[in-house]
Amino acid sequence: MARKDRELDEEIRTHLEMAVRDRVDRGASRADAESAARREFGNVGLVKEVTRDMWGRMWIERIGQDLRYAARLMMRSPGFTAVAVLSLALGIGANTAIFQVVNAVRLRALPVSDPGSLAAVSIADMTGARGNFNSRYPTVTNPIWERLRADQRAFSGLLAWNGTTFNLSRGGLARPARGLWVSGSFFDVLGVGASSGRVLLPADDHRGCAPRAVVSHGFWRNELGVRPDVVGSMLTLDGRAVEVVGVTSAGFAGVEVGRTFDVAVPICSVATLSGSAERLDSGTDWWLTIMGRLRPGWTLDQASAHLAAISPGIFSATLPSNYPTVSVDQYRAFTLRAEPGGTGASGLREDYGDPLWILLATAALVLVIACVNLANLMLARASAREREFAVRLGVGASRGRVMRQLLVESLLLAGIGAACGMLLAGFLSRTLVSALDRDGQSVFLDVGTDWRVLAFTMAVAVLTCLLFGLAPAFRATRAGSLQLLRSDGRGLTPSRERFALRRALVTLQVALSLVLLVAAALFTRTLMNLAAVDPGFSSHGVVVTSLDLRSLRTPEAERYALHTDVVNRLRAIPGVRAAAEVWVVPISGNAWGNSVWMEGRDGSQVTDALFNRVSDGYFATLGIPFVAGRDFSDRDTTSSPNVAIVNEAFARTVAQGNPIGQRVKVEATPSRPEMSYEIVGVVRDAKYLSLRQNVEPVVFLPARQTPRLGEWAQLVVRSDLPPSSMTAAIAQAIGELNPGIVVSFTMLKTQISDTLLRERLMATLSGFFGVVAALLAVVGLYGVIAYTVARRTKEIGVRMALGADRGAILGTILGEAIWLIGIGLAAGAALALASGSAARRLLFGLESYDPLTLGASAAALAGIALAASYVPARTAARIEPIVALRTD
Amino acid sequence: MPPKARYRNRIELLQGTLDLLVLQTLQWGPQHGYAIAQAIRANSSDVLQVDTGSLYPALHRLERQKLIAASWKVSENRQRTRVYRLTTKGREELVSERTRWSRFVDAVAGVLNKPQPE
Repeated sequence: MARKDRELDEEIRTHLEMAVRDRVDRGASRADAESAARREFGNVGLVKEVTRDMWGRMWIERIGQDLRYAARLMMRSPGFTAVAVLSLALGIGANTAIFQVVNAVRLRALPVSDPGSLAAVSIADMTGARGNFNSRYPTVTNPIWERLRADQRAFSGLLAWNGTTFNLSRGGLARPARGLWVSGSFFDVLGVGASSGRVLLPADDHRGCAPRAVVSHGFWRNELGVRPDVVGSMLTLDGRAVEVVGVTSAGFAGVEVGRTFDVAVPICSVATLSGSAERLDSGTDWWLTIMGRLRPGWTLDQASAHLAAISPGIFSATLPSNYPTVSVDQYRAFTLRAEPGGTGASGLREDYGDPLWILLATAALVLVIACVNLANLMLARASAREREFAVRLGVGASRGRVMRQLLVESLLLAGIGAACGMLLAGFLSRTLVSALDRDGQSVFLDVGTDWRVLAFTMAVAVLTCLLFGLAPAFRATRAGSLQLLRSDGRGLTPSRERFALRRALVTLQVALSLVLLVAAALFTRTLMNLAAVDPGFSSHGVVVTSLDLRSLRTPEAERYALHTDVVNRLRAIPGVRAAAEVWVVPISGNAWGNSVWMEGRDGSQVTDALFNRVSDGYFATLGIPFVAGRDFSDRDTTSSPNVAIVNEAFARTVAQGNPIGQRVKVEATPSRPEMSYEIVGVVRDAKYLSLRQNVEPVVFLPARQTPRLGEWAQLVVRSDLPPSSMTAAIAQAIGELNPGIVVSFTMLKTQISDTLLRERLMATLSGFFGVVAALLAVVGLYGVIAYTVARRTKEIGVRMALGADRGAILGTILGEAIWLIGIGLAAGAALALASGSAARRLLFGLESYDPLTLGASAAALAGIALAASYVPARTAARIEPIVALRTD
Repeated sequence: MPPKARYRNRIELLQGTLDLLVLQTLQWGPQHGYAIAQAIRANSSDVLQVDTGSLYPALHRLERQKLIAASWKVSENRQRTRVYRLTTKGREELVSERTRWSRFVDAVAGVLNKPQPE
């Protein structure tokens, strides 16, 4: 109560007292004087109200009044408030969280100047590209990049980049840093500046350059401890000292969404850092991704046309001399094109694009269900408050006034719900992003609330509010006040229409929650199916050890002995059961393939096969049994005949019979001519690329028979020791060989389970949403059935008085519930079947229309829904006729 | 709804006139609401009954327009009363309103008293 209100009260009280005194002075009795004064004055409340209107700031006051009233009302029915706020918070929170992540991954432009004029330049159709592919994004070779840069006219600037990992440590355990190879134009084209020192310039990027590095603001802050003298200091990158020339501005995190960078170095420094300029001249090393800024006035189409026109020149000029002849024509026909590039490159977008949209759709459904639930609750409350409205209308409140009160109530609910939702969203999106983290590969996503997310949430909140606030308000006040006062709120016509709406809403809820439950069940079963897949090898107790042996500076000829020495040292560690070298660790995401056919056999089909190089003992280490033949041994060297081991799938599809003793031919590659290997062994099938893929033909070649052995080694080590003591023992053994060797470890089991990240995420989130949706639907159904019972108390009383037994009453009420559930389930099943195809690509081991899943979900939902309806039905059956008939 | 509408109509009808009467009454010195009502009644020989439902809104409106100012005074009966007085702006308003009122009365009278054309 404001001071002004109290003053007005006092003013009017004084007025009345004076009027009474005047009358008493004139001789009237006190009682007569008082009633006469009051009569003369009129309706005190109304006078106050009209007077207050003159104060000017009335609408704020009124809203304040409405808010106070709404708050009191909410506190008086905590159950309703809790369910309403919770539904809203879940609906809005889940939507905001997922939208924030979708936004960060898919929609948001790069934090660079004018991202709209950036274009991604790539080869339209890469069929026939041969060589090494070193990026998950479309790439070109350095010669193509240099030629393109010189020839094109469509862009005011072009940049090229490639993501890499640098090792910061000088020996011992590896300290990985996320690196970028960038062209000298990189920062200039993006319009990114330095927060101290300078960024890299075109002058830094030339053949024979001295390596220089720019570090990201985050790296400077987190890893370099904000040291002020960073410019001019030296960093160790892959064992070479590199001068730091600057720190980039704070907001810039690279052009790859989901992966920030620590250190950027010019492309030319690959010569110094890797020790040879080979990669710069190689026409078969595909590693550079290109973006450009369109010249003012140029469109993407014009740029694409220009690129297409200059493509023949670029590709004939850069055709590598060692290019496999079969693919030369395809190489010459490559055509470059330009596509929108303002949102950057993203592997997350490819991996999580579909799942995120599905999750967003799921969250939207949850919000719809939450809204429907609220509408239902509000309708129920509106009917309970009909008398209140009638009285308010009757004593002179305008319809607008009552509507505004209701609107304020729903806005207050929506506001509290949205606020809780925002809190929940922050928590959920952080959880979501950290759930995307893999071992050693943390995901960097800036999911801070931006205007888009804010606008989205607000729109959702306001729409929700209008949806569930105004409709009941409109309906509640449409009926005349007299009619409302007269009706006793039970069984008469004015509410029938509204009740039909409530039933329809509950049916909709049941239908939508069935869709969500089916989705949850599908994703959960997919995860279970994948987890139950037998990969064909055992990852238990296996540590993948990567070694950077460059510090040893071993001459090429002595590397064979070095590798053998390393493996033997690891095998000698107490507790280590087996150890072997391997080039491609299974289910690591890496692959190596080529075309093969059986030698000396007419009509042998040329088939694609996967390859791997392993040392002897590899199959024993991973527990892959031999079906026939022998393992490699130390006698399989460069000077002995070329041999190979194949898997059963190869024997089945390529050799079509026992392949031992036969020869497999392998197509020429840019680095090797056509080769022939004698097959000496066949091993049991095991998964190669992913748990989802069927086993393909695999050819294993001996690690010691490679023409060139690098200064890297990757080993699988199996032991009975706990992982930490095992890695410590390996690090120690390697340190004894040379303290300069850089070691890093991954548990094979972790690496494999990380590949199920997406499935786990989908199963967890859709499961959560499904349960929430089902709960909301059950609450809604319970409400409607309970309301039915309350409305029909009298009718039930009459029936019982006329001899109906309790079982019949129970049956009647449950029958109605079964109707609602049945229609809802049928509609939901139809919806689930219709929308299932969206999820098909994400499923494994079952179809989107899987009848068992659908049936089980429907049965579960029907079960809990019936249980929820049974409670009010039983109440109905226990109604005492006397009591029921006595009410009203 | 109907009762409220009735009140509003009455305020509307009286508005201009009541404002003028209140200002005129306050010309002789500060008064509280009850006294203003009584004065108007007495000075009009009981013809004009001031409705409190119009008086108080009018007083508060005039106060908001800064034509009158209010303060709390303790009366001879040791009763706290809210007393209104004319502001400078109110005096000016009174003069111009009086002028307008007499022109209005003259105009109405002119119409009513016009000799019938015969």
